[in-house]
Amino acid sequence: MWTRSVLCVAAACLFSTAAAAGQTAPKPPANEDCLVCHGEADAKRADGRTMAVDAKHFEASIHGPLGCVDCHAEAAKEVPHPDKLAKVACASCHDDVAGKYHDSMHAWAKEKAGLVGAPACADCHGTHDITPHTVKTSRVYRDRIPETCGSCHAGVREKYDTGIHAAALKKGASNAPVCVDCHTTHAITRTDTDAWRLSVTAECGTCHAKVVDSFRRTFHGKVTELGFTRVAACADCHGAHDILPAANPASMVSKARRVETCGRCHTGANERFVQYDPHPDPSNYSRSAVLWWANRFYWLLIPGCFGFFGLHSALWYWRSRKNGGRS
Amino acid sequence: MTPVGFDAPPHEAQSREGTLMEPSGAAIEQHVHVARFDRASRWLHVVIMLTFLGLSATGMPLLFSEAAWARMLARVFGGFHGAGLVHRVFGATLLAAVVWHIGNVLYRAFVLCEKGLFWGPTSMVPQPRDIADLYRQMKWFFGLGPQPKFEHFTYWEKFDYMAVLWGTALMGAAGLVLWFPVAASRILPGWMFNVALFVHGAEASLAIGFIFVVHFFNGHLRPGKFPMDLVIFTGSVAVEQLREERPEEYERLRRTGALDARCVPAPSHSLLRRGRIVGTLGLTLGLGLVALILYAVAQ
Repeated sequence: MWTRSVLCVAAACLFSTAAAAGQTAPKPPANEDCLVCHGEADAKRADGRTMAVDAKHFEASIHGPLGCVDCHAEAAKEVPHPDKLAKVACASCHDDVAGKYHDSMHAWAKEKAGLVGAPACADCHGTHDITPHTVKTSRVYRDRIPETCGSCHAGVREKYDTGIHAAALKKGASNAPVCVDCHTTHAITRTDTDAWRLSVTAECGTCHAKVVDSFRRTFHGKVTELGFTRVAACADCHGAHDILPAANPASMVSKARRVETCGRCHTGANERFVQYDPHPDPSNYSRSAVLWWANRFYWLLIPGCFGFFGLHSALWYWRSRKNGGRS
Repeated sequence: MTPVGFDAPPHEAQSREGTLMEPSGAAIEQHVHVARFDRASRWLHVVIMLTFLGLSATGMPLLFSEAAWARMLARVFGGFHGAGLVHRVFGATLLAAVVWHIGNVLYRAFVLCEKGLFWGPTSMVPQPRDIADLYRQMKWFFGLGPQPKFEHFTYWEKFDYMAVLWGTALMGAAGLVLWFPVAASRILPGWMFNVALFVHGAEASLAIGFIFVVHFFNGHLRPGKFPMDLVIFTGSVAVEQLREERPEEYERLRRTGALDARCVPAPSHSLLRRGRIVGTLGLTLGLGLVALILYAVAQ
């Protein structure tokens, strides 16, 4: 403790000498100057909270080339600086991301609703050890996203961990969906808005393209395509965080639970009702022979009908013109 | 009104037809008209026409849900709820109208013992002569013979009529299944909802295309009728027109002496005007919907 105080004073002297020599604006302190105080692992503020900065971590972070005062601007004015500095403004560089965050549910909770625990930049990205999301050890690396979000949303994470997507992620399928694929990273909105709910179906389609195509053929799919969320989309039947394959009896779409799942909207749904195919494919004979035949029938009837009467009308027009517009 | 000049040679009929074209109201009123559609049939057509237009406009956003105009058209009816409600109300009305019509035909046939409803010259039922008429009409198209002498209903009119019956029955049944799926599941397996939705959409494509293109052309837009045939709104045709368009019917009526009893006053100006307004509305909306479909398909 004693050593550090001496060093701090020394640093302050150096800093003020340099400033006096320059005669102009004081030269901002270099990182080494800051580390004189903050470099000690047990460095604490007056209230006992740590103020230590691990220089190695910082240098390895994506902000390594920056100076301390690039972010902690107030500290550039004098050393030692006052106890309380203004909060770091990430937005001064990352204004596009900050704008998205500002409109998000998280920012609303923190800034408007007064939920002090709601996250700002550092809660997900870290502080001095920020690494890009492409680095495996990063808090925002894909595989670690559930853990990062789960540090607040523990209940959701628990559910997510039981689902097929978490299992796929653990098996190394790096394209398996994590929180941010549906909820986005910075612009996270309330989950009861129509726009967000509709966007999730499109997100499911980025992997399950054929399944979403078949869904689009149904009444549910067409109504949601029109922008209305009153009818079922993916998550309404399959669940959201704890999606399980139909073969699993616990799955919402398992044989055992279909009546219950359909019955959530269709009061009175029974065993016969749930023989409905929510993902029909008229070109697949083994899936539904009747639908296949209906498809075949209309593919002959419609062109046949329009072909015949189209020709009939064209010939009639031609004959009438030749006859001078009569009959 | 006394029917005059039924035995006049064709050139005289021609000259009288010329007077029809004149704007003088008196000239029109002096003309002899023959009844073709009774009041009930005319109203039935108006009801079918309006409900069909409404059903098309409210169903097309779903059928073409990916089209750029789909959301906008749905919003015109108050979104998915509004469009759905209007669709159901029109659907129930159309179904009721067709059920009433079938009941009326059965009543006429079996209670009033009216003859000729299911067979004969005035029947809507397709008969061998219709195939012969189609064959002769095709020959006429190619200049290989005269136009066939049509009777009360032509083959294309019978096709239109049968298509409405068949289409309403099928689409109505499928529509009711989709409207009340839980009730339907008491007798039908759930995969029938898939079939019902497919059939409802496919039959709708067929019906919309057929009515707004083929029926419009045959009934109204072809050169002999352009821009529209008002007979379905006025209920009567000028006797000259009957003689020209349906010579066999004219001959039969003359031969059997039934022509006098079928003669009616010429349609009033207000009836003609109302017919033109409703007809123009129907044609415009129908062709507008066709334009939307063409736009969606071209996308």
